[in-house]
Amino acid sequence: MSGDRPILEVRGLHKSFGHLEVLKGIDLAVRKGELVFVIGPSGSGKSTLLRCCNRLEEPSSGSILVEGVDVMAPGTNINAVRRRIGMVFQSFNLYPHLDALGNVSLALRKVVGQSRAEAELAGQAALERVGLAEKANSFPNELSGGQQQRVAIARALALQPAILLFDEPTSALDPELVGSVLAVMRELRESGMTMVVVSHEMRFARSAADRVIFMDHGLIVEQGTPEKLFNAPDHQRIKDFIASIEH
Amino acid sequence: MEQLVHNFFNFEILSQAWPLLLAGFWMTVKLTLVVVPLGLAGGLVVALASTSRRRLVRWLVVIYVDFFRAFPPLVLLMFIAFGLPFLGFDPGAFIAVALSFLLNTSSYYGEIFRAGIESITRGQHEAARSTGLSVPQTMVYVVLPQAVKNVVPDLVSNTLEVIKLTSLASVVALPELLYAARQAQSLTYNATPIIAAGIIYLVCLWPLVRLLSRFEHRQIALH
Amino acid sequence: MQLERLADTFFNLQVMQQYLPKIVEGFFITIQIALAVVLAGIASGLLLALVRAFRIKALNFFIILCVDILRALPPLVLIIGFYFALPAIGIRMSAWVATWLALSLVLMAFAEEIFWAGILAVPKGQWEAARSTGLSFVQTLTDVVMPQAVRLTIPPLTNRTIAITKGTALGAVVAVGEILYQAQTAYSFSYNPSPLVLGAVAYLILFIPVVYFGRWVETRFAWKR
Repeated sequence: MSGDRPILEVRGLHKSFGHLEVLKGIDLAVRKGELVFVIGPSGSGKSTLLRCCNRLEEPSSGSILVEGVDVMAPGTNINAVRRRIGMVFQSFNLYPHLDALGNVSLALRKVVGQSRAEAELAGQAALERVGLAEKANSFPNELSGGQQQRVAIARALALQPAILLFDEPTSALDPELVGSVLAVMRELRESGMTMVVVSHEMRFARSAADRVIFMDHGLIVEQGTPEKLFNAPDHQRIKDFIASIEH
Repeated sequence: MEQLVHNFFNFEILSQAWPLLLAGFWMTVKLTLVVVPLGLAGGLVVALASTSRRRLVRWLVVIYVDFFRAFPPLVLLMFIAFGLPFLGFDPGAFIAVALSFLLNTSSYYGEIFRAGIESITRGQHEAARSTGLSVPQTMVYVVLPQAVKNVVPDLVSNTLEVIKLTSLASVVALPELLYAARQAQSLTYNATPIIAAGIIYLVCLWPLVRLLSRFEHRQIALH
Repeated sequence: MQLERLADTFFNLQVMQQYLPKIVEGFFITIQIALAVVLAGIASGLLLALVRAFRIKALNFFIILCVDILRALPPLVLIIGFYFALPAIGIRMSAWVATWLALSLVLMAFAEEIFWAGILAVPKGQWEAARSTGLSFVQTLTDVVMPQAVRLTIPPLTNRTIAITKGTALGAVVAVGEILYQAQTAYSFSYNPSPLVLGAVAYLILFIPVVYFGRWVETRFAWKR
C-alpha cells in the first residue's frame, strides 16, 4: 500500500436483515486506480457489500472509510460523501421524466449547486465520455438498454467521484448490448478511475481486473490476481463456481 | 310539448333569470378556483405525511383520511356551518364550504398522491440518493414529478367530482349556480332556471367527462 | 368551566336522548336507500354495458350520451330537478323516489363505464378462441369475457359505489327522512348541535366499515397500472 491511503477502506463490516446475517465481517481496501472485481454465488452478499459502502443499506457494525472520511460517523454529511462514491445499478434507474442530459445534470445542480448552464456543460462532457453526446436530449424510453446504462454511468461520472461502484451493470442487458457498456468501463479503467465491480462477466474480469474477490455466505473466501483465482484457486468451490458460470 | 317548452325552455323566464344565474355561475367558478387548489395542496401534505418515518404520523394520517372519507361531504359541511358558530366562531358560508371541502377533498387527493408516490420504484430513490440528493430533494426532483404524472387521470377524475360537489354550497345558502337557479325558480314559478343550470354544468363539465373516459379505457386496457 | 359548556352544547345528553329514536329511524332509511341505489345502479349499469357490447351504432351513441350527461351533472342538481322541476310537466315523485332515482342513474352511468372498460380490457384472442370452439356471441360474452372483465372492475366499482351511497345524505335537501335530515330537523327544533353530532356518529358507524371494506377489496384485487 506504500504509504498512500486507500480510497475505500472497509473494516469488520457486518450486516443483518432481521435474523439473517448477510455480511459476517468483511475487510477490504481499494487503492487509487484499482479495479476490484467481486464474484460469488447469488446470496453471497456481494450487492449488499456495495450498497453498504454508500449507506443505501445501513451497516449493522464495522466501519467504512472513503478517502479517509468515516462514512458511519455521526457528524458525516452522507450526501456530501455520496458525491464522491458513484453507483451504477443493475436496472439503470434512470429518471424517466428527464432526458439524458437532465439525468446527468440533476445532482450537479441540486447537490453541487452549479448553475444550470455549468451543470449542463459538465453533463454534456460526461455524456461524451460514454459516447452518447448526441443522445443528450433523448428520454430513457427512447434509448436501448446499453445506452441507458451508459447514461447511468455518465450520471455517476459527472459528479467526479473518487470511486465508482457497479452493481451487476450488465445483467439486465441483452447479450448484444453488453459490449458497449464493458467498453466504457474498460476506458474508465484506463483513465485511472477506481472501481469496484460486482458482475458475472468473467472474461471481462480476466482481462481488466487488478484483483478478484470471491465471496460466499457473507465472507471473503479468497482474493488475488485474476490469473490466480481463475486458474489456480486454493478453494474447490471457486473452481466449481467459475465452471458453472462459464458455461 | 308546448307545456314542456313553457315550463323548461321558456326564454322569457330565462332572460329574467339570466343575471342571477350568471352571478351564480361566477360564484361556482370562484369556489372551484379556491377549493381545488386548496384540496390539491392539502392532499400533497397528507400524502407526504403518509411517507413519514414516524409510525405515529403515518397512523394519524390513516385516521384522518378514513375519518373524512367516511363522512358524506354534505354532513361535514352542515356540521361546520351550523356547529362552529356554537364555538363562538361563525365562519360564514364561503369559509365553511372551503373548510369542509379542504378536509374532505384533501383526504381523497391525498390517497391519490400516495398511490402515485408508492408507484415509484425503490431504485429511483436509491439512484437519486446515490448521487447525493437529500431525502426532500429526492422527493421534489425525482419522485413527485413521476408520481404526479402517473396519477393524472385520477386527479382529473377527483377534480370533476369536486367541481360537482360545489353545488352542495347551495344548502348553506352560498349563492352559487344551483342556489341561484332555485332562487330564480321560486321568484318566477317556473322550472326553466333549474334546467338552464343543468345545461350550464353540462356544457362546462362535458369536456372533462370525455377526457376521463379516454383515460379510463387506456388505464384498464393497460392492466 | 369552558369544557363543561362545550360538552353541554355539543354533547347535550338530554337533547341526544330525545332525538336518538329519530336518528335511528334515519339510520335505517339511509341503509334502505343505499341498498336500493346499489342494486338498481349496478344492475342497470351492467345491463347497459352488455347492450353496448353488441356494438349497435345508434344504440351505443345513445348510451354514451346518457352516461356522459349523468357524469357531468352534480347529483344534487338531478335530485332537485326531479323533485322540483319535473312536476311542472306533470311528472310527480316522492322525495324518496327522486333521491333513489337520481343516485341510481349516477351509479348506473359510472358502472356502465367501468364494466365497458372491463369488457374492452379482455384481449381479443379470448373472443376469437371462444368463437373458434363454436360458442355464440352471447355465450362468449357471458361465459368467457364477463367473468374476466368483472374481476378487473371490482376495485374501481367498489370505490365508486361507496362514494355514491354517501350521496344519500343529499336526500335531506328534499326532506327524505334519512340521517342528515333527522339530525338537521332536530337541530333546528332544539337549537342545539348535539343532534348533528349524533348524526355524524351514525354516519361513522355506517361508513367506517364500508371504507375499510373498500380498502380490503383494493388490496385483495390489487389494481395496479
